[in-house]
Amino acid sequence: MNTADRTAEAGRLIGRAIERLEDAALLSGRGRYADDLPVPPGTLHAAVLRSSHAHAELVAIDTAAALALPGVVAVLTREDVKRWTRPFTVGVKQPMEHWCLAVDRVRYVGEPIAVVLAEDRYRAEDVLERIDVQYRPLPAAIDTRTAAAGGAPLLHPAVGANVVSDRSFRYGDPDGAFAAAEHRVALAIDYPRNSCTPIECFVVVAEWNPAEGSYEVMANFQGPMTIHPVMALALNVPSNRLRLKTPPDSGGSFGVKQALAPYIVLMAAAARLAGRPVKWTEDRLEHLVAANSATNRVTRIEAAVRRDGIVTALDWDQIEDCGAYLRAPEPATLYRMHGNMTGAYDIRHVSIRNRVVLTNKAPTGLNRGFGGPQVYFALERLMQRIAAELGLDPLEVIRRNLVPSDAFPYRTAPGALLDSGDYQRALDQAAAAGGLAELKRRRDAARAAGKLYGIGYAAVVEPSISNMGYITTVLTAAERQKAGPKNGAQSTATVAIDPLGAVSVIVASLPQGQGHRTVLAQVVAEVFGLQPRDIRVTTEFDTVRDAWSIAAGNYSSRFAGAVAGTAHLAAVALRDKLARIAAARLNVAVEDVRFADGKVHAAGNPDNSLSFGRVAGASHWAPGTLGEGAEAALRETVFWTPSVLDAPNEADEINSSATYGFIFDFCGVEIDRDTGQARIDKYVTMHDAGRLLNPALVDGQVRGGFSNGVGAAFFEQLVYDVDGTFRSGTFADYLVPTACEVPEPVILHMETPSPVTPLGAKGVGEGNCMSTPVCLANAVADALGVADVNLPMTPAKLAELMAIDDPPPRPPSSTR
Amino acid sequence: MKPPPFAYLRPETPEEALAALASEADSALLLAGGQSLMAMLNMRLAQPSLLIDIGSLGALSYVRISGGALAVGAASTQSALEHRSGLVGEAPLLAQALPHLGHYQTRNRGTVCGSIAHADPSGELPLCLVALKGEVALRSVRERRIVQAEQFFLGALSTTRRPDEMIEEARFPLRRKGEGHAFRELSMRQGDFAICAVAASATADGLRLAVGGVADRPVARDWPLLEGGTLDDALSDFAWDLEARDDMHASARYRRMLVRKLGRAALEEAMSCRNG
Repeated sequence: MNTADRTAEAGRLIGRAIERLEDAALLSGRGRYADDLPVPPGTLHAAVLRSSHAHAELVAIDTAAALALPGVVAVLTREDVKRWTRPFTVGVKQPMEHWCLAVDRVRYVGEPIAVVLAEDRYRAEDVLERIDVQYRPLPAAIDTRTAAAGGAPLLHPAVGANVVSDRSFRYGDPDGAFAAAEHRVALAIDYPRNSCTPIECFVVVAEWNPAEGSYEVMANFQGPMTIHPVMALALNVPSNRLRLKTPPDSGGSFGVKQALAPYIVLMAAAARLAGRPVKWTEDRLEHLVAANSATNRVTRIEAAVRRDGIVTALDWDQIEDCGAYLRAPEPATLYRMHGNMTGAYDIRHVSIRNRVVLTNKAPTGLNRGFGGPQVYFALERLMQRIAAELGLDPLEVIRRNLVPSDAFPYRTAPGALLDSGDYQRALDQAAAAGGLAELKRRRDAARAAGKLYGIGYAAVVEPSISNMGYITTVLTAAERQKAGPKNGAQSTATVAIDPLGAVSVIVASLPQGQGHRTVLAQVVAEVFGLQPRDIRVTTEFDTVRDAWSIAAGNYSSRFAGAVAGTAHLAAVALRDKLARIAAARLNVAVEDVRFADGKVHAAGNPDNSLSFGRVAGASHWAPGTLGEGAEAALRETVFWTPSVLDAPNEADEINSSATYGFIFDFCGVEIDRDTGQARIDKYVTMHDAGRLLNPALVDGQVRGGFSNGVGAAFFEQLVYDVDGTFRSGTFADYLVPTACEVPEPVILHMETPSPVTPLGAKGVGEGNCMSTPVCLANAVADALGVADVNLPMTPAKLAELMAIDDPPPRPPSSTR
Repeated sequence: MKPPPFAYLRPETPEEALAALASEADSALLLAGGQSLMAMLNMRLAQPSLLIDIGSLGALSYVRISGGALAVGAASTQSALEHRSGLVGEAPLLAQALPHLGHYQTRNRGTVCGSIAHADPSGELPLCLVALKGEVALRSVRERRIVQAEQFFLGALSTTRRPDEMIEEARFPLRRKGEGHAFRELSMRQGDFAICAVAASATADGLRLAVGGVADRPVARDWPLLEGGTLDDALSDFAWDLEARDDMHASARYRRMLVRKLGRAALEEAMSCRNG
């Protein structure tokens, strides 16, 4: 029996824009963030000594002078780390080691070398410069192309190359399609490094319990919990001896806090050395230099095109730069999009070459959009180029290539199952409701007035709920065979009822500010005919107490589709047990029990009712008299995995995500002729994220992703010099857009429910990170009439594209 | 990001502040609004033994007209100046420039004289002081002296202020009849350091343009009334003479372009509002 059968229309909560339950605490200063939480007595404070070299052998580390200073308790170095930890597991089969501290060499500026443990952070930082490190500098590998071509110094000599993975894939008959092509259109892209930089940095509090041989850690880690085994293996303890807990509130993550994992291991080892608890709070300088970055990627993409703009084949050559170490789950950034490498288009012939290269830059990891920005920047720029080169309307080129409306569910050439959608209708609705015709008139008027004005489009398939097996596509079929299959996206939720009939929800979702508690309260309250405020939702996470699996955590936009859906399944299971208990007491058939307004009543006879609390508490107070066929309704834990997520097959086809939303964006951009500064005149973003659980929170996600996208488009880049010196070490160098730089987009929705997820919802939080940078770049390309547009599109770069008039200096003899 | 140890003094009078500064002149720093200094302390770029906090000295907190200039005391905030009623008439250049200086929040703490003492090459207030031919009043336990703006700034974060001296006040000349002013700035984001900022003045018989963010200090140049290609040539010469350099956000070429384009626009605006 589904929700509709037991919930009257008036009781509907799912789909309503109710207020966030989180906000009362957050807005009145009562948030409980990792750094606010009390620490055990005797806790020491850590400061990390970091490499000033991009690449160097570590000759000697002398800590004697540091240890002599007052307030310093211990200094953790490579000897301790080698004694208690092991190198991290790596996702490709290569002889390279990544320890939580640099052991033989440093391989990027900012790499941890030692940890000072002192009575407070001030003293710990005071002694950092008293540790004497002798380096033997090595030449650095920085440029991605050079490193891929074998022309750069080796980072990991045992590997013998900086390319640690090189795989080629073929789907359909790309050679035949290219041979028969009327046109070939190609584009080369350098996608830069950037990062989502949450306002709250990393926090770890670690303790070692020698009696139990166990570590206990509180950290603002966000998952995925695939990393828990990685950390337990690195700490060389059974995984039930690494207890990981997370705080109630988060100051944001956007994927970035996955990269806490090496620091959790590092601080656990430090606590073991000191014999006391250790707390480390990362500061902004540490965060920018070493925490995490999205991958930079060098892409060459080519399309076989008919003269009407129909793309018959795609050829991808991607070189992924993962920095100095392949840190789990990398090289996942390169493979998360693998099933949807054809984007929103019906393209049956595809070849892909994927190389992973290591360079002397900070290691990469999860960042909102995860692989999508890099892929869609290339693909959607290419679609714009096809239109420009063939003299076609760019929107018409997109439209002609879309997956047809009647083709869903649609299996892409690389194996994704696009579960639902109507891309053509999304385009039509967006153009109408978003005012495309008016925007074209604005463009024409601006151009007539001599201004530089362009319109950009982007069509993007937004995957969510990743298949835990997609990353194994980096392995050959034979290697996968040997390792055993990996797939699925196990989600868990628990709904419990206490003796007074109050309802609690526990999920292993590690929210990072999105409003999970609100949505879960909505979903569960609707099932029971209660109000959201009646439901207590706990999102703190504890690996030894909670139900969880490796897909637990907050990533891949899995909350709405997977976690909220699983909570719904658990609530329905519990409610159906309650219905049996109530049926006996109301003297009606089970099918006729209804839940509404805090009451349980008979269908068609609301007066024949019991309070919800009385029915719900019965299993505690009177378990012996529940009635025939009724079992106790106390607590229900549901594990759910999408049925559509298989491991990659022999042909390397992979359904890399469970569900796929759709985005269609268009925008108008004007570029100032005097300064090269771009101004977003209008931005329209249409989303089909399946069924919307709370439209206000969805809009918040869209706005947030949009501002990340504006940042990537115009401002953000982690810059390295040719020698590996890091140039973006503060927020005065790494520029994140503020409210002044981010206009309000026009947000539109349509809903084609997913047949895969329990509530029909799809992810929505990452899409604008994928669509917005390229949509804006397409507008800039249109305004300037240029082919090569690289990010970030700073005024100086756009001025160069406009061809700066720089008359040479006049000779001094002239009149000055 | 924690500062090394330092002593902290909050003096009751300017004299007490100056005495403390004289006693530890080599390693003491004055703290006013702290909007640059606190970050430098936390990044250990500044490591004073003594921090003398003059931010709450009432005697130095004033904005007043004195001798044909707007005199701003050492403890006055940028927002106190920005929100002075009548500023648009008294010093229209400052009224135009101040909204570009950092952010609403930083202007509430940051001081006018602190910004001038800090001497960031892209700072709006040093630029305006140079453009308007203002002065800096310096005071130590030994003496008081006045330095012209163009002599005050020596280079990036470098001035003629001696270690035992405090900027007691900054003096911005009031707008005179027939004078027009205009300000233009290009920064990456609202409130960012200027990639190029220009402050223009025009009178019945001459033009003056000061440029910030390009050379290592604000630099001004005077011309007779020019127009058309002659003005473009003059601006181009000025742009080259500033010896712009490349950095992460902008090339030297681009900065020269901005000097020409923003300079021209600002001068034209200044000319057009001379009689307002």
